[in-house]
Amino acid sequence: MFQHDRLNNEITLFQKIKNLDYILLISVILLSVLSVFVMYSTDGGEILFHTKNHFVKLAVFFPLMIFVAFFNIKFWHNFSYIIYFIVILLLIYVSFFGLKSSGSQRWMDLYLFVLQPSELMKIAIIMCLAKYFHRIKIENVNSFTSITIVLSIIIIPIIFVIAQPDLGTSILIALSGLIILWLGGMKIKYFIYSFITFLISLPFIISFLKPYQKLRILTFLDPDRDPLGAGYQIIQSKIAIGSGGLNGKGFLKGTQSYLDFLPEKHTDFIFTLFSEEFGFIGSVGLLILYSIIIFRIIRIGAISRSNFARLFCFGYAFAIFIYIVVNLSMVLGLLPIVGSPLPIMSYGGSSMLATMIGFGIVLSAKINHKQMIA
Amino acid sequence: MIKSNSGIRKTDVINRRMFIIGAAKVVVFVGIVARLFSLQINENKKYLTLSDKNRIREWKLPPTRGNIVDYFGNVIAGNLKVYQLHIIPEQVENFNYLLVRLKNLLNLSEKRIARINKLKAELKPWDSIIVSENLSWSQFVKINNYLYDLVGVKPVMTISRNYPFDDVYTHVLGYVSQPNEQEILENEIIQERFVPGMKIGKLGLEKRLENHLIGTNAIQRYEVNAYGKRINQLEHQKGQQGSKIRLTVDTEIQKACGKLLNEKAGSISVMDIYTGDIIAMYSSPSYNPNLFLFGISQDEWQLIRNNPLKPLINKTLSGLYSPGSTIKPIVALSALENKVIDTKFKVKCTGKMELYGQTFHCWKEKGHGWVSLKNAMKQSCDTYFYEVARLLGVDRLNITAEKFGLGKKVLGDYFDTEKKGLFPNTKWKKNNLGKGWVLGETLITGIGQGYIQSTPLQLCMMTAQIANGGFAVKPKIIVDSNPISYEDAKQSMESGLLFDTDSEELLDKKLFKNQKNIKIIQEAMFASTNERFGTSYKSRIDDPKYQFAGKTGTAQVKRISKRERELDLELEQIPYKDRDHALYVAYGPYVNPRYALSIIVEHGGSGSKAAAPIAKKLFKLIIDRHDLRNKQSNFERITV
Repeated sequence: MFQHDRLNNEITLFQKIKNLDYILLISVILLSVLSVFVMYSTDGGEILFHTKNHFVKLAVFFPLMIFVAFFNIKFWHNFSYIIYFIVILLLIYVSFFGLKSSGSQRWMDLYLFVLQPSELMKIAIIMCLAKYFHRIKIENVNSFTSITIVLSIIIIPIIFVIAQPDLGTSILIALSGLIILWLGGMKIKYFIYSFITFLISLPFIISFLKPYQKLRILTFLDPDRDPLGAGYQIIQSKIAIGSGGLNGKGFLKGTQSYLDFLPEKHTDFIFTLFSEEFGFIGSVGLLILYSIIIFRIIRIGAISRSNFARLFCFGYAFAIFIYIVVNLSMVLGLLPIVGSPLPIMSYGGSSMLATMIGFGIVLSAKINHKQMIA
Repeated sequence: MIKSNSGIRKTDVINRRMFIIGAAKVVVFVGIVARLFSLQINENKKYLTLSDKNRIREWKLPPTRGNIVDYFGNVIAGNLKVYQLHIIPEQVENFNYLLVRLKNLLNLSEKRIARINKLKAELKPWDSIIVSENLSWSQFVKINNYLYDLVGVKPVMTISRNYPFDDVYTHVLGYVSQPNEQEILENEIIQERFVPGMKIGKLGLEKRLENHLIGTNAIQRYEVNAYGKRINQLEHQKGQQGSKIRLTVDTEIQKACGKLLNEKAGSISVMDIYTGDIIAMYSSPSYNPNLFLFGISQDEWQLIRNNPLKPLINKTLSGLYSPGSTIKPIVALSALENKVIDTKFKVKCTGKMELYGQTFHCWKEKGHGWVSLKNAMKQSCDTYFYEVARLLGVDRLNITAEKFGLGKKVLGDYFDTEKKGLFPNTKWKKNNLGKGWVLGETLITGIGQGYIQSTPLQLCMMTAQIANGGFAVKPKIIVDSNPISYEDAKQSMESGLLFDTDSEELLDKKLFKNQKNIKIIQEAMFASTNERFGTSYKSRIDDPKYQFAGKTGTAQVKRISKRERELDLELEQIPYKDRDHALYVAYGPYVNPRYALSIIVEHGGSGSKAAAPIAKKLFKLIIDRHDLRNKQSNFERITV
């Protein structure tokens, strides 16, 4: 056992490169290249601000992913709690000194780029809980102490994120955390009970929502209520996607985005532009690409010897899945509008940074899949 | 570190639960694909339409109005290229500097500058502001010279209504100007085609024929962005110019009428006695309709409005005058038709006539002595017509007068300002004034005074119907789709029937019981102009080619007091407002007559001195243009 550990620790660089998951890697590269082209289209077919920045971020964060991958999974296991606490500290920092923009305070200026710590929390919470469930005995999973601890791990960051306010990200963090609880073996009845409690307390929760958040829910229920105001985004988004048809309007020919009918086309609504220009075929193609990535991550989890790696991969695969589902459901008018980016495709440094670190840890798990962790 | 049961069990739990999640993921992804399918495949058409509705916007351009031409095809209401100056605010670097520059270049008023600033605040930055609707050529050149310094300024060429003969046709054509809200709402066609800057007919034929003249909008289809800014032009659909409309009028004669009435208030109408074509219809003074195109200035408007000669009134159609002695042919005809008198019937004129203690004066104080019909007409003896009217009675006179078109609108509904005038009878007075008819009123009706009121065009038509041998004529100002030639009209008329182009029926058009009576009247009118002592003898033309017959009239505008009668003042000594109206009706040439006219000079004094000389000058021109007009009949027919 011990020997085995040491052996694994001494994997050469060549072996590390050889052990990378190339299907995952190629899929991520494909997605990145695609995202640059789509960004180029949002800039109206010119290499402008968004295209340039997006490309630069990819150029920095992609090597970062490889860099992260080359650390042993054990390293990430060891630092999981510390990373979680650092991100909590960052969240506390932004809640006092963060940059404000359009009514919320979520960013910190790092001179080179603006960091949104809540995005990092999406990864950190998975790492932290994965470590917790890796270490805890299965018999103790449903003990009062452990439930109190894991719920605290989830609730503390969420409090800060909701206070920013950022409902979308806090929901994603909560879901990422809850999935680890589920995978870790928490009793199903707890989930059912909490779900029922959630439903019952829903009216109470809604009364605590900010007016603009209530408006979003109302708009989701009936977008035509205020077609030029609150319902504008979702109506225009559906028009763009629907008018794409089977083959789409063609690259750089999306009239809805080109003529500025699409709001937030660089960030949350990037899929709308993609779908308008590449149609049903392109959209399904993109979903397949995402599915391959999710499937590869799950597979890496499944072959991992350590439960930390397994839990992280499964959790991260679910997180990627849930980002995609929330984003697509939003632009397709299936969910109310909550700010949530589409991984890699959307413009935004923090989201991409978090996603790439996540891929990096997954790749590290792949390279060290035989690694046992105490 | 020993693989515990717990570790294996944990892995099992994780894997099992992962499998459940995996299945759920597949279901959710399938759901999303289904949603995509429904939006992009099933409802694709709906969303494509919505997307086009988003991005494509149409701009209507003002339609081009149809031309109005005279009988000879000369454009009398046309379209002209005008130079406009637009500012596009978003392209302007320094708006205030630009305005100062433009103010100096174009002499813009402070009011105009304020208006531009107001428009700038109201409009989107890419909407152009019209600084000047009508730049003169020199201003246009000036602007083009300084264009390098005037960033954001756009000289534009566009089309505007234009009246090449200025004030010659104002009362016939009216003018166009920007419509008000009510005018837009009242007319569905205008409502549909309205675009800012479009002008519509406000008066006259321009208003009456609006729906024919208006034309259709050119349409520009643009792709616009979410803010409504035009990105590129997709299509330009040409508009159709409004219908061309040909009038029966002759510009040369119309112009001559204007010159003859220069600086006088009055009216001249000229009509073809067979076809009813109105050759000229001039009301004086006129005003320049081109002034109204780009908004008339307050000063110019006040000048027109406050002119004591009342240029805004179309005197030909809306001016109501006592016909004075010009009614005498109808009085004589009515008496002959009713066999009250014959040509041998004589009255002794002593200069006045007494009736129930009231004295009725003849214009000639010394009297005419014994006069027969012919002499009475020739010298316009009032006493004779007092006596004839007394014998005839007003009701019988009324029947003849109405037959000849008095008391009725001449042009029907073509001009909504046309008045129908009045020819009284006993019943009318009873119904409207609630009093019985007095015989004295019959006497003054016999010389065209009293209640009787007529428009100049009515007098012209009356004369035409005497001239053509006593047949009804249908006056018209627009050459209709199926015009009847002068010869055909004459022939069918003389057969006693007239082909009515509106109802497409042959109608009995005889206005007389015995055509000999008409002949007698014609001869009497001939004598009045061409025989010695005739009232318009001085204005005669001896050349048979131009020789005409006519009847003068002098209409009192107020009762002449005894003192005034004794004073016998010269025209210049009477205040303008109290002077008599001068009238003259005539037709010519006497042999084979063709045209009738009526002339009124307001406060011109006597008909023989002020009105008849105008006819002399006019007839020469009218007859000279006769051949030209005949040749023109084959001119392309233009339908309305």
